[in-house]
Amino acid sequence: MIEFKLPSLGADMEQGKLLEWKVKPGDPVKKGDVVAVVDTSKAAIDVEIWQEGTVFRLLAQAGETLPVGAVMALLLAPGEQPATAAPPAAATTLPQRRRVAPAARKRAEELQVNLDAVTGTGPQGAVTVEDVEQAMAAATPAPAPTGDRQTEMRRAIAAAMARSKREIPHYYLSESIPLARAGAWLAAENARRPVTARLLMAALLLKAVALAARQFPEMNGCFQDGAFRPSAAVHLGVAIALRQGGLIAPALHNTADLPLGELMAQLSDLVRRARAGSLRSSELADPTLTVTNLGDQGVESVHGVIYPPQVALVGFGKVALRPWVEDGTLQALPLLTASLSADHRVSDGHRGALFLARIRDLLQQPETL
Amino acid sequence: MDDSQIRQALLDILRRIAPEVEPGTLLPDAKLRDQVDLDSMDFLNLVVGLHERLGIDIPEADYARLTTPDAITAYLKAKLG
Repeated sequence: MIEFKLPSLGADMEQGKLLEWKVKPGDPVKKGDVVAVVDTSKAAIDVEIWQEGTVFRLLAQAGETLPVGAVMALLLAPGEQPATAAPPAAATTLPQRRRVAPAARKRAEELQVNLDAVTGTGPQGAVTVEDVEQAMAAATPAPAPTGDRQTEMRRAIAAAMARSKREIPHYYLSESIPLARAGAWLAAENARRPVTARLLMAALLLKAVALAARQFPEMNGCFQDGAFRPSAAVHLGVAIALRQGGLIAPALHNTADLPLGELMAQLSDLVRRARAGSLRSSELADPTLTVTNLGDQGVESVHGVIYPPQVALVGFGKVALRPWVEDGTLQALPLLTASLSADHRVSDGHRGALFLARIRDLLQQPETL
Repeated sequence: MDDSQIRQALLDILRRIAPEVEPGTLLPDAKLRDQVDLDSMDFLNLVVGLHERLGIDIPEADYARLTTPDAITAYLKAKLG
């Protein structure tokens, strides 16, 4: 039996409300299928499943609020038969009935907690009193003004950013990047592209960061359980401001492998869906390095707060004409300030400086991006 | 297509991008990007929207002329010829 649990969709998520099941018992599912729509404090998310099987039982009800990790449904693995008449072999590993400590059952009744949605941490997965109380605490909104999504989002951002500043020893670097070549290349490229396939400078910046991240694995991954785990793939998190306020930073998957045109199309689609509230769970669960671009708002630079459990964040300010000396000559050139906020537990300023320099160098060869 | 139809097309596309824009509140002679919070992706979507609705290709080199609602309307009118 496969347990389908409510996934964590980011460091700032503790619980989710099931809005709708997209499957019913008997439905076959495969990796990547959307099985449920779950409301988090930030948005309604299409939750995907990562195993193949057949839906056996839906445990969570629409409208129910569940803590991260709660078992939402049971699935039969491929070839598995539903256990009808007390299958002796399976019984030891697949209990038909949840193991629940009697005291936990009593506590669950008092607190009106749905035991099916509680993850057991006791012997053989038994549900303990602590499990019940924890599930209750996670499902209970913090005592603050409630209801309004803006408040919820503010609280989620506050929790993640406070955790970041508490746990991550940030260091900050910045670098001026000349963009004359990238700008000229982009203008020529867009002049020959149809309106619907035009590129933004943001696409070049993202590609350059992703390519550089491949060479600096200590900037790309997660710090969890006291250790850094570099990620083989580069899934850039793109910070997207929502029109009603707040922000969300979903992943642009395999950014380094995308040709610019495809990267631009996917970026455009990601921004549209983030603002329309139709992101997928995988996009929120696995960004490996976030990029924030505040240039459109006119700031010169941004020194961002790392989104845990990631270990670095790259920020870009506006592209502006500024004085610059090249080959001993003072000239006015379009410049961009790139910044790096990175986790000192994982990297040091020397490597951080080389990482920013690599981004700068890549942007001097826009045709190779 | 007269001025009011062009203005209406512009407003329709703008409201798809920035739903908070209230009809009748846009000043015709003030810069659009000072009145509505548009980033470069939003602006590109506006250009694509105008292309789809009016069949006009706006080259990037002309972006600097698309300042106020009046200026955009005049530009589009000239393009529609």
